[in-house]
Amino acid sequence: MSKLFPKSANKLPLQIIVYLVVLAGVVTAGATYYMTPKYTRVGYAPVQPVPYSHALHAGQLGIDCRYCHSNVEKSGVANLPTSQTCMNCHNQVKKDSPLLAVVRHSYETGEAVPWVKVHQTPDYVYFNHAIHVNRGVSCVECHGKINEMEVVTHAQPLSMGFCLDCHRNPAPRVREPGDVFNLDSATIAQKSGLEAAHKFLKDRNIKPPQSCSGCHR
Amino acid sequence: MRNVYLVTAFVVVLAVSILGFRGTPFTKPPIDVFPEWAFPGMKRQPKPYPQGASRFFADGRADRPLPPGVVSRDPLRNDYALYEGKAADGSWLRGFPSALTVDAKLMARGKERFTIYCAPCHGAVGDGNGITKQYGMGATPTYHDPRLRDMAEGEIFNTITHGKNNMLSYADKLLPEDRWAVILYVRALQRAQTGTVSDVPADHRKELGL
Ligand code: HEC
Ligand code: HEC
Ligand code: HEC
Ligand code: HEC
Ligand code: HEC
Ligand code: HEC
Repeated sequence: MSKLFPKSANKLPLQIIVYLVVLAGVVTAGATYYMTPKYTRVGYAPVQPVPYSHALHAGQLGIDCRYCHSNVEKSGVANLPTSQTCMNCHNQVKKDSPLLAVVRHSYETGEAVPWVKVHQTPDYVYFNHAIHVNRGVSCVECHGKINEMEVVTHAQPLSMGFCLDCHRNPAPRVREPGDVFNLDSATIAQKSGLEAAHKFLKDRNIKPPQSCSGCHR
Repeated sequence: MRNVYLVTAFVVVLAVSILGFRGTPFTKPPIDVFPEWAFPGMKRQPKPYPQGASRFFADGRADRPLPPGVVSRDPLRNDYALYEGKAADGSWLRGFPSALTVDAKLMARGKERFTIYCAPCHGAVGDGNGITKQYGMGATPTYHDPRLRDMAEGEIFNTITHGKNNMLSYADKLLPEDRWAVILYVRALQRAQTGTVSDVPADHRKELGL
């Protein structure tokens, strides 16, 4: 019988096992990097029907978020503005701009402006804007610096881990009620220390839910 | 064996160069690890969403406008002073509706609402020099002329509710109570413009060097 396998084949099983371990490591690393919302969602900036800029309106002109998202402190849903809201100004400013044709058409006919939704939680999650905003959680915590964005970009993963990070320890991230709509403001912890932030939470009895039924109801 | 590692390294480099890094802006809808077409009904139920789209209604929207002639189930709004700004004889109400208590709380509310909804055009002190004036909204009037100073509160209420000429309605943004709060603050701004030394309490005059 001739020799089928050379001597080096003796090492092969071990080499294959080592390779499989390395491969498993690479695949795991790739999956955690590429298959979580931190990769799949963050950076999503769809092309909108109107090139509306928050950097201009909310940043440069300094219009309050509530001027347009007027239900954000009253309701669970932060509404997008009606086209009349835009026409408040754009019936006089840039009133013939071709960029605003869609808005004018919507205002005249009552058809909706087809804005593309950027942030969305699945239906099995209950989310409520009013409770966060009225309890000192600023828009910037979940949406990033909207007032500097030309196009709204998904800035945070909005995954379950992201929500829970704050619900477990909200102290470093809460703001005075007056600062919630000012996206450049400092948190209580940055202003007057973590002590003060803990006191703020205690005085108002702010206890975000951590049990499953708090968010999956 | 070396070749296998080289091929793996090549595949990794290829994958990273195609997939890129976290946080890079992109415009296509996000990839879903458990996509809706493979697991229908898990993330999206067939139901109308707030401000959502609907294939059922001809105008394509899930939010329905009120049909004509619909009657509100809320308590009847027959307090004409509060909801219309009109006195019993049908003229514009002067002063504030009796249903509201005029106090510092209402004033603070009015200041906050004014800053959000009116200041971009009418300016923080109501002189008509809000930020939009620099961009070509020349028609915004100041509150500090005699006509607006003498205007009945009810007529200002009507302007906020139904708009006037170039100014559109703010009824969808301000509840009737909030509109009155804003009017109270407008009155305070107007009063502040005509302040004299005699308005300053005697023990505070020294602080202002008077
Ligand atoms: C002049 C009106 C206006 C103001 C002021 C404004 N927005 Fe918006 N906002 C819009 C419009 C219109 C859209 C939809 C188009 C888009 O996504 O770019 C939008 C979209 C958004 C979205 C994305 C919604 C989605 O689809 O998920 C967020 C988040 C948002 N705004 C936050 C803010 C915050 C925070 C502020 C205050 C700093 C603010 N906006 C001020 C008009 C406004
Ligand atoms: C408070 C007033 C105000 C409101 C409300 C407002 N805008 Fe504007 N908008 C402006 C001003 C001021 C400019 C800048 C004009 C300039 O650059 O000269 C502008 C510019 C724009 C432009 C660029 C136009 C061009 O031709 O360059 C677009 C698009 C636009 N706005 C969309 C919107 C949309 C959509 C809404 C409603 C969600 C809206 N705006 C609401 C004041 C407003
Ligand atoms: C605790 C996190 C959080 C905070 C704080 C927050 N948002 Fe949101 N926002 C979300 C989530 C999650 C969604 C997606 C909700 C959904 O599924 O429709 C969202 C959606 C939105 C939308 C789109 C709504 C729609 O139906 O298209 C707007 C507009 C918006 N937010 C504005 C704001 C503004 C303005 C503020 C600050 C006053 C704010 N948000 C504060 C988490 C937050
Ligand atoms: C930056 C901090 C922060 C983040 C991020 C955050 N939350 Fe909260 N959440 C709070 C606080 C503070 C409260 C208020 C608790 C209270 O009032 O006692 C709250 C309350 C809630 C409640 C209770 C509402 C009720 O009616 O009882 C729900 C549900 C909730 N959050 C869901 C979410 C979800 C879903 C996300 C992720 C998209 C999220 N939260 C992200 C801070 C946060
Ligand atoms: C702070 C709110 C919050 C709490 C508390 C919470 N979840 Fe979630 N959960 C979420 C959000 C938001 C998502 C959607 C994540 C996404 O879309 O990426 C989610 C998604 C899920 C999913 C789907 C898998 C996924 O990650 O997309 C499962 C399963 C789940 N949660 C189980 C639980 C269980 C079990 C508990 C209790 C131990 C719990 N959740 C508590 C907010 C919460
Ligand atoms: C988008 C810019 C804009 C905003 C925001 C705005 N206004 Fe005006 N307002 C105008 C313009 C323009 C006029 C002049 C209308 C005309 O006569 O053509 C006006 C006129 C008025 C007048 C005088 C009406 C008359 O009888 O001559 C009053 C009172 C008034 N506004 C109150 C308010 C109050 C209160 C708010 C806040 C809820 C507000 N406005 C918000 C633009 C604005």
